Amino acid sequence: MLVTNIEIIPGKRVTKHLGLVQGSSVRAKHVGRDIMAGLKNIFGGELKGYTELLQESREEAMERMVEQAQAVGANAVLNVRFSTSSVAAGAAELFAYGTAVVLE
Amino acid sequence: MVDLIIFLVLLALGYGFGRYAELKHYKSIIQREKEFRDIPAVTTKFPPLTKPLSDVELVSGSVVISVDYFKNFIAGLRNLVGGRVTAYETLVDRARREAILRMKEEARAFGGHIIFNVKLETSSIHKGRKNGIGAVEVLAYGTVLIKQ
Repeated sequence: MLVTNIEIIPGKRVTKHLGLVQGSSVRAKHVGRDIMAGLKNIFGGELKGYTELLQESREEAMERMVEQAQAVGANAVLNVRFSTSSVAAGAAELFAYGTAVVLE
Repeated sequence: MVDLIIFLVLLALGYGFGRYAELKHYKSIIQREKEFRDIPAVTTKFPPLTKPLSDVELVSGSVVISVDYFKNFIAGLRNLVGGRVTAYETLVDRARREAILRMKEEARAFGGHIIFNVKLETSSIHKGRKNGIGAVEVLAYGTVLIKQ
């Protein structure tokens, strides 16, 4: 499965468009990390726990999108976009979407 | 009185550690930006189709950077009079450059030589309460071309 955020792959032609595919994942941070983050708010610097958490959930969102693309018989997802939104206090939604296509 | 002392201590800690972290981070950013200069990241949507065929791969980099107590306080003061909040400007700038660098790191691991259609996404992480967690997340992503 080829996943990319450009619309045209050099040297490959799109033979069939299969429409939008998407995947999302909602995650919350656990209390320990929140407390650490609270401390970091005094000193400043990177919140590594949060970076990892968001990275993981983004990968999961992408996996779900790829699963959906496979289900409709695509072999590539083009023009992928990511978006983040906070659903409630302490939880974040990571969302990935793109166009499923069949490449020759 | 005790409250005031705690506040001043937190402010001093925030100023000291926050400033140290920022200076260290900027130093490392500038050094790594030089290192990764051979992998340009461009916002052009379409890669040139005339070049010899190449593989493509999605790469991304993200970072969450927290505010410190001092910056928070200064920004609060700024809110009264308005104007540029430089304390936060440097924070977001650091986060963006760090995210782009991490994306480039991933691109280099793939053996890529140029990143197309780079998108940057910024979101703030807040906990509901007034004195909750203040942090900014930046995600950079793009498509790297890998010579076959």
